[in-house]
Amino acid sequence: MTMANTTASQTEAPVFYLKEEHHPQNGTMLGFWLYLMSDCLIFAILFATHGVLGRNYAAGPAPVDLFDLELVAINTSMLLFSSITYGFAMLAMEKGSIKGTQTWLAITGLFGIAFVGLELYEFHHLWYIGATPMRSGFLSSFYTLVATHGLHVTFGIIWLVTLMVQVAKRGLIVENKRRLMCLSLFWHFLDVIWIGVFSVVYLLGVLG
Amino acid sequence: MSTHSHAHDDHHGHDHGDGASHGTFNSYLIGFILSVILTAIPFWLVMDGVLDSKVATAAWIMGLGVVQIVVHMVYFLHMNTKSEGGWNMLALIFTLVIVAIAIAGSLWVMYHLNTNMMPQMDHEMIRSFG
Repeated sequence: MTMANTTASQTEAPVFYLKEEHHPQNGTMLGFWLYLMSDCLIFAILFATHGVLGRNYAAGPAPVDLFDLELVAINTSMLLFSSITYGFAMLAMEKGSIKGTQTWLAITGLFGIAFVGLELYEFHHLWYIGATPMRSGFLSSFYTLVATHGLHVTFGIIWLVTLMVQVAKRGLIVENKRRLMCLSLFWHFLDVIWIGVFSVVYLLGVLG
Repeated sequence: MSTHSHAHDDHHGHDHGDGASHGTFNSYLIGFILSVILTAIPFWLVMDGVLDSKVATAAWIMGLGVVQIVVHMVYFLHMNTKSEGGWNMLALIFTLVIVAIAIAGSLWVMYHLNTNMMPQMDHEMIRSFG
C-alpha cells in the first residue's frame, strides 16, 4: 500500500524540461504565418493547374493575342508601390505616429484599389472580346489563378479599411499593432504571389 | 503610463524576435529598388524581344522571379532563420517542398500523359479519319 502510494506520487510529479522564457508572448504571428503557408499551397495548386492547362487553347485565343503587357507592367508597379507604402505605414506605427500610419495606409489602399480596378478592366475587356473562362482550358485556369489573387487583394483592402477605422477609434494599442503586422505579412505575401503570376502567366504566356 | 507600456512592448518584441516587422527606411528602400530592377528586366526582355532564344528568355524570367521572391522575403516579410525561434523558416521550407512536389509532379505526370496518348487526336487527324 505504501509502496503503491509512493509510486503513484512519483508518477504524478513528472519533471518537464520546459524553458518558458523562449516562448514568444503570443502565437499570433506564427499562426498567421502558418495560414499564409497554407494559402501558398492553394496558389501552388492553381499554378500547377495553369502549368498543365496553360497551352490548351482549344483553337481559341492565346496569351499573345490577349495580354497587354504594358497594362500588366502598370498593374505590377501599383502592387510594388503599395508594398513600400505599407512598409512606411509600419515604420510610422513603430514611431507611434497615428497620423503617419493612417496616411500611409490610405495611400496603400488607393494603390490596392488601382490594382484591382486595372485587373477588372482587363477582365472586362477580355470578356468583351469573347475570351471567357468557358472558352478554353487555358482561359479557365487563367481566370481561376488571377482572380483568386485579385480576390485576396480585395479582401486585403477591406481588412485595411477596417484597421484604419480601428486605429482611428482606439489608436495604436498593442492589439491594433498586432493586427497591422498581420496585414503587413498578408499584403507583402500577395506581392510575392504576384511575382509568380506576372512571370509565369503573363511573361511566359506571351513568350509562347 | 501609455509611454511606459509602449516602451515595454517594443522591448518585449525585440527580445523575443516575434517575427514582427522591424524594417528600417533604408531596408524598405533597398528592397523596393531591387524589386523595380528585377521586375523591369523580365518585362523588357519580353516586350522588346531582346534575346533570340525563347528558352534563354524563359530561364531569365524564372531566375529573376525567384531572386525577386527572395528579395521580398528578406526586405518586406523580414524572414530570417531566427524569427519565431526558427519555426517560420521551418514552415516555409516544408511549404516549399510541398509546392515543389505539387508543381513539378503535376507537370511531369501530365506531360507524360499527353505524350503517351496513342494517336495525336488533333482536328486534322480526326478529319482524315472521317
